[in-house]
Amino acid sequence: MIFTAAFQHLGLPYAWAWLISQVITMAIFAVSLLIMLAYILLADRKIWAAVQIRRGPNVVGPFGLLQSFADFFKFALKEPVIPAGANKAIFLLAPLMTFTLAFAAWAVVPLDNGWVIANINVGILYIFAISSLGVYGIIMGGWASNSKFPFLGGLRSAAQMVSYEVSIGFVIITVLLFAGSLNLSDIVRAQAHGWFAFSILFPMLVVFFVSALAETNRPPFDLPEAESELVAGFMVEYSSTPYLLFMIGEYLNIVLMCAMISILFFGGWLPPFHVWPFTAVPGVIWFLIKIWFFFFLFAMVKSIVPRYRYDQLMRLGWKVFLPTALLWVVVTAGWVLVLRTHAM
Amino acid sequence: MLTGIAFYLFSAVLIGAALMVIASRNPVHSVLFLILAFFNAAALFILLGAEFLALILLIVYVGAVAVLFLFVVMMLDIEFAELKRGALQYLPFGGLVGVILAAELVLVGIGALVPNAGSLVPHATPGHLTNTEALGRVLYTDYVYYFETAGLILFVAMIGAIVLTLRHKPGVRRQKIALQNARDPKLAIELVDVQPGQGGA
Repeated sequence: MIFTAAFQHLGLPYAWAWLISQVITMAIFAVSLLIMLAYILLADRKIWAAVQIRRGPNVVGPFGLLQSFADFFKFALKEPVIPAGANKAIFLLAPLMTFTLAFAAWAVVPLDNGWVIANINVGILYIFAISSLGVYGIIMGGWASNSKFPFLGGLRSAAQMVSYEVSIGFVIITVLLFAGSLNLSDIVRAQAHGWFAFSILFPMLVVFFVSALAETNRPPFDLPEAESELVAGFMVEYSSTPYLLFMIGEYLNIVLMCAMISILFFGGWLPPFHVWPFTAVPGVIWFLIKIWFFFFLFAMVKSIVPRYRYDQLMRLGWKVFLPTALLWVVVTAGWVLVLRTHAM
Repeated sequence: MLTGIAFYLFSAVLIGAALMVIASRNPVHSVLFLILAFFNAAALFILLGAEFLALILLIVYVGAVAVLFLFVVMMLDIEFAELKRGALQYLPFGGLVGVILAAELVLVGIGALVPNAGSLVPHATPGHLTNTEALGRVLYTDYVYYFETAGLILFVAMIGAIVLTLRHKPGVRRQKIALQNARDPKLAIELVDVQPGQGGA
């Protein structure tokens, strides 16, 4: 929005100034997101390696810091192989869809007070909708490859993501009851006097964290690409850039889930204590610290917890999380009602 | 101006996608075009200012219902040439339904049924309320009994579907998760001290 005023200064009408500044903001945001993603990927591998007492990537650049960029060039310069039996259009559309949707979801994430590309009223529904569309990239890729392992992986993934979306939806409802708004910035502002993680919503944080693991196909719920049974699941037939798009999309979704945990339960850009040394740090730094912390937890889970069996996964989603979340919606609604009537 | 362009763009893509749903030979392509049609319908809702409805359309229809469609179409091995062969005999009936729908649309459009239908269209955001809040007030205050009845009907339908498909086979060994979790090494492992020459068969 700072750019809008600058372009208006140059004599452009407001609509054009707004459009150009919006495009510039988006470009800056997307590039910084991708650079952060490069280090998220590296961190994932380094943490995994450290748990197994290995060194991880350490050759490209100092401490392997440039490894992700080397990987990027390797992927981009190789030849994409399209199987002869594949449905070519859908085969190429699937990774594009995953990638685009993963980026689109970030449009409503507030990095700091007012630092958001699209401050829409129904921000959280938008993120929920976009993340529920992510399943199409996987199911289309699995089907279009015209091969058994990808197809099985795609079907598994679709069932898994649809199941865990239900409990994520109910967790979001409990947060909304507390915050009283669907706007992500308002949800963060509602936590100015105490993060939702340290209220009766704490069990919902646990449900959300585990469901986020399942929703993003992270271990221990990485059944769609379980290498011991399905080789690489829906990605078996993918190579070079299409594979890269799948991988970037997947990691963007993981980082988005970390951001969602920080926004919904840990006060987004808000500092932990409203006293001097904490309030001096800019909000966006707090937000990034929280994202990295939850990504660290994701990476630790990946390296420590063994993979679930598929029936256990379904049981956990439908028979444990869904009833718990439903019950907690009722409890939270009652709690909010009691608090309001006492306050009056 | 910009909204006008957006409206015609979304509508054109919507109608094109809807045509492709029935025109494309591959059923999976049909479902994907259906999803495109849903998308554009959601975009039209947003143009009307009904952002809540738009996103609910995306979440429910695109995120859940169409996934199930896609599942079924991909899993079932249907001979589609067989299906297409008999399609022509439904043409009179389908044409009749289409004509009735088109006639209704035209009647409403020219204002023959309700004189000033255009001005009766409720605004998506009445007063200073947000779209979500306005919908909630109407649904949970004015029409709460209808809403609960609708929920009850859906619940009955769900139970009906379960009753129709649930089979109790005798002799099926079921997992008892609590028992499995309660097992510890003391229960599960038995250490036997086998003397040399005594083990084996």
